[in-house]
Order: sequence, then structure tokens, then C-alpha cells
Amino acid sequence: MTDIAADKARRAALARRVSRQKESEREAKRIRQLITPEGATLNLRIASAGERAGALFIDLALMLVAALIALFGIGWVITGLGYEGWRIANAVFLLIIFGLRVFYFMGFELGRRAATPGKRALGLRVAARDGSRLTANSVIVRNFMRELEVFLPVISLIVFTGSDQNESGWINLLIMIWAMIFMLFPIFNREKLRAGDLIAGTMVIHAPKVQLLKDITAKTKQQDVEDALFTPAQLDVYGIHELHVLEDVLRQSTSDIRKTVASRIQKKIAWDGPPLNELDFLERFYAALRKHLEQRMLFGERKEDKFDRS
Amino acid sequence: MNDRVIKSYRFREEREADWQKLDHIIKKAERYGTSGLSDDDMADLPGLYRQAVSSLSVARSISLDQNVTAYLESLTARAYFFVYGNRSRISEKLVQFFRRDWPAAVSQAVGPTVLAFICLVGPALLAFFLTLNDSEWYWTFHSGWDDRNPNASYAELRATLYNTQDNILDILSAFAAELFSNNALVAILAFALGFALGIPTAILLAYNGVLIGSFFAVFVSKDLGFELTGWLFIHGVTELYAIFLAGAAGFIIGGAVAFPGKRSRLSALRASGERAGPVIAGAVIMLFIAALIESFGRELITDDLTRYIFAGTSLIFWLSYFYIPRRGRQESGS
Repeated sequence: MTDIAADKARRAALARRVSRQKESEREAKRIRQLITPEGATLNLRIASAGERAGALFIDLALMLVAALIALFGIGWVITGLGYEGWRIANAVFLLIIFGLRVFYFMGFELGRRAATPGKRALGLRVAARDGSRLTANSVIVRNFMRELEVFLPVISLIVFTGSDQNESGWINLLIMIWAMIFMLFPIFNREKLRAGDLIAGTMVIHAPKVQLLKDITAKTKQQDVEDALFTPAQLDVYGIHELHVLEDVLRQSTSDIRKTVASRIQKKIAWDGPPLNELDFLERFYAALRKHLEQRMLFGERKEDKFDRS
Repeated sequence: MNDRVIKSYRFREEREADWQKLDHIIKKAERYGTSGLSDDDMADLPGLYRQAVSSLSVARSISLDQNVTAYLESLTARAYFFVYGNRSRISEKLVQFFRRDWPAAVSQAVGPTVLAFICLVGPALLAFFLTLNDSEWYWTFHSGWDDRNPNASYAELRATLYNTQDNILDILSAFAAELFSNNALVAILAFALGFALGIPTAILLAYNGVLIGSFFAVFVSKDLGFELTGWLFIHGVTELYAIFLAGAAGFIIGGAVAFPGKRSRLSALRASGERAGPVIAGAVIMLFIAALIESFGRELITDDLTRYIFAGTSLIFWLSYFYIPRRGRQESGS
């Protein structure tokens, strides 16, 4: 009975492993390597289409809010001036809309962070595809193309849904299909480039800020390692993937989860050492496992996960 | 010697302070720009940056601490974008644009500009002669909302050319805004549509040409051709020129898609974007100027001769600004 259950669990774990490997292959495809002039490689991750769309929605929402604030602001100032006042208000409002539409993206992307607020919120930035400087020219071009890729589809969508089913409805439908080709362009190429990126020679990368956290092994003293709490056989049970999962557990889970994880590891490696509380046990095990795997790595053996028997 | 036995930990311990120093400098630079950095920061930056880059490649091969490698990836990328990024100020960029980039880009795009000119003027002439011979043609090109159609009398048409507003600032500023945003969006669209082999750009230019040509014919048939030319070209020189240039920018892009030559289509496109960028950006600026002239200049100057002089001067100005070669500016600024 337990054999069957164990077999089932093993199969499930293997299935998870396959999907994990597929996922990491997909991730690897999204990495674009950039060789710096120093000869080092930087791994830049291309922003996904979803991240791009999310950033765009944030930006459009911010623009809408800015436009509404402008509208009410002008309305408030102008109320006393009658019809002539309204004409000026209309003109100023149109200019503000135009300014937002054309210069919002351009202005922010010309800035030091090369990102609009929406992009910044999602950790994205614009970069030159060949790793050189991002020129003002590129930013201008990629954002003028936006007129075709973003605003035309949006407007034609509004016009299309607003119009009756007459002949102009058909023309609008055609325009919309045509515009959709541009709008969906980024989904169909590996680097998620839109037409504007193609022409400007730019790409959007995902480069979030990462904080340097404390090393988990900081508390582990040489004494612990010399005590050799764990035998090499016990450390050979796991691989790099499990080490990374353990790192995540130690950095960000609750003590309940840590307890479960600790007891599972103890069961798996047939732990018979001195009684430790779950945090101490996990930290020591992490330190020992990392040392073990890093040493093997130095000899050129990367044990990717617990199934890796190479 | 050292009580740490985990190599990757010792590695980190020895370099951590420098990473954090670099992190701090980059954070300041991202927030305040180069001017936010002290001389010491500037002096330290290259060394710290190179160290972080080499730390990253070491960390990749010896450390299994995810957080350290992720941190170094992010730190070196940020430092890279700052060290090799664009650091010139907006004001410098603007000066460089007006002094060098814009005229240079326009003068290199003579071919596409002529093509755009033909695409607009050809259909304009066609529509002009068609409408002149048979005013019914006008209705093929225009819908009925405009008063300035073949049924209008001489006096009515003439009045539209010389009307002055009492409350100039109110009404004209409104006019300028509407016209500018409209024209500029059409110009940007003409550029962007160039992506589809330039065909939609040509259609857009031809369509505008037809409108202008038939409009002209209405006035010429009522003997108001001379007056209309002054009315139209006082700002039209700048405006039409901007539209030609926007079309030219579109054709540059379309040309790269259609005929990439020996290069790959992708790199041809990229190069075309580099050439077309200043042209279209400049066209938008010209349209802004044109809208100002149209709204304020035209309504204030009602004398035909002055209008002609103004139009001629602006044409000479643009031509000499764009096409007279300049010395010694090609190498400056890098």
C-alpha cells in the first residue's frame, strides 16, 4: 500500500520535474546575452508580452487621470468666462491631450531610467538591442510608431463599437483588423519587439532592482561544519534545485512551513543527529548542502536536482 | 586564518562592501543624474563597476546562493546602463538636434522628400484641372460641410480670405491648438504607416493633395487664385514642407522594408529608423510653427504682397537651413 503511494508520489515528482525543465527552457529563451566591453556577459531578460501590456495599461490609466485632472482644472478656472472661455478651455485641453499622447512616453523614456512610470512599476526599461547607448533618436522613433500601434487601434475600436452597421462600419472593421496586426506583433516574435522597437533598434527588458539579503550561512560556524552533522551520502540526496527551494523557504516562509519542510528532509535523509529546532536544522542543512554542491560544482559536476544521477 | 569554510561565503564577505558602495553610487545617479555624484564617486565608479562585473562571472561559477547572483546580475545591469548609458543633458541634445541632426537628416533624405512631393502635388494638379473643367468633381472629393464650395459667390469666397477677428487671442488660440494637434497626428501617422511598404503614406499624401487641388480650383474659377495662394502659402510653405518631410520619413522606413539591400531586413530597418527619426520629429516642430503662423500671422497680415513676401522668406529659410552644407559639425559630440 505504502509502496504504491510512494510510487505515485515519485511519478508526480517526475512529472513536476519535466514541467520545471520546460519552464526553465522557456525562461532561457527569454534571456538575451549582452557582452559588455569588459568581455563579461550580462543576462538581460526580455520583458514578456504580459508585462509590456501591463505597463501600457498603467501608463494609459495615468494619462487618463492626468487628462481628467486637466479637464476639471481648466473647467474650474474657466467657468466665469462664458462661451469664449470655453473655446480657450477646449483648445488648451486639446493641446494637453496631444502633449500627453506624444510626449508622455518620449519624455519618460528619454530620462535617466529609460522607462515610463508603468514600466518602472513592473521593473522594465528600454535598452538598445545591440547593447550600445540608447539614443534620443531611437526613443523618438519607437514612440512615434506607437501612434500606429496603440492609439490607432484604440480609436478605431471606439469608433467601430460606436458606429452603426453601415458601410463605414465595414471600413472601420478593416482598419481594426489591420491595426490589430500591429498591436499583436510583439506576441509573435521571440524578443517581444513591437514595430517601433524594430525600427528604433530597441528592446524592453525586465531588470528589477534586487536587494542583497543576508547570507543564510552567515550564522554557521566552522565548528558546525567540522562536526560533520551530515554524511556525504545524506548530502547526495538533493541537488541544486532543492537547495534553491530551501533558500526560498528560509528567506520567506512561515515557521509552520519550515517545520513541515524540516521533518520531510529529516525523514528523507534518515536524520539521526542531535535534536535541533527546525530553523537551526534547516540553516545547518542548507550550509552543509551548499558547501557540498559548490565543491562538486568546482569539479565540474552540476547536480541539477535530486533525480540528476550524472 | 579565516573561520569561514564555505568558499562562496568568503568570496562574498570580501567584496560585499564594494558592491554596496557601487549600489549606493548607482542609486544616487539614477535619482539625480551625473550631477548628483561627487568627484570621489566618479573616480571610484569605473573600478567598482569592473569589480562587480568580474564578481558576477565568478559568482556564476562558484556560488549557489540565488540571492547573490540575482543581486549581482541586477547591480551590474544597472551600472552598465549608467556607465554606457546616455548621459548628455536634454538641453545638449536639443542644441545638437537643431544644429546638426535635423538638417543633416533632412538633407540626406532628398530622394524620399521628392517622392513625397510628387505623391502630393501630382494628385493635387489632377484634381485641380478636373475641378476647373467641371466643378461637379469638387463633390467627389469633398463633403458638403464647407461653405467654400463651387456654389459660393465671389464675395463670399473673398471674405473667407481676409476675415479678421475682433477677439483675436480667444478664437485663434483655439484654432491653433486644434489645427496643430490634428496636423501633427496626421504627420506622425504618415510616418508610422510607412512601415507597410510606404503605400498607405502615399495614399494619405495623395488624398491630401486631391483636397487641396480641388479647393484651389474653386477659387481659381472665381478669379481668386492669386489671393488664395497668398492666404494658403503664408503658412502653407511650412505646413506642406512638414507634410512632405513626414511622408519622406515614412518612405525611408517603407523603403528599408521593401528593399533592404545586402543587409538583413532587421538591420536595414534599424538604420532607416536612425535616418527617419530626426526628419519626423522636425516635421512635428514645423507643423507647430505653421499652426502659429496660420492662426496669428495670417489673420493679422491681410495684405497680399506681405503674405507673399512672408511665404517666400520662409521657403528660403527652410531650404537654406536644411540644404546649405555646414562645416566642422559632423564630428562634434559623441
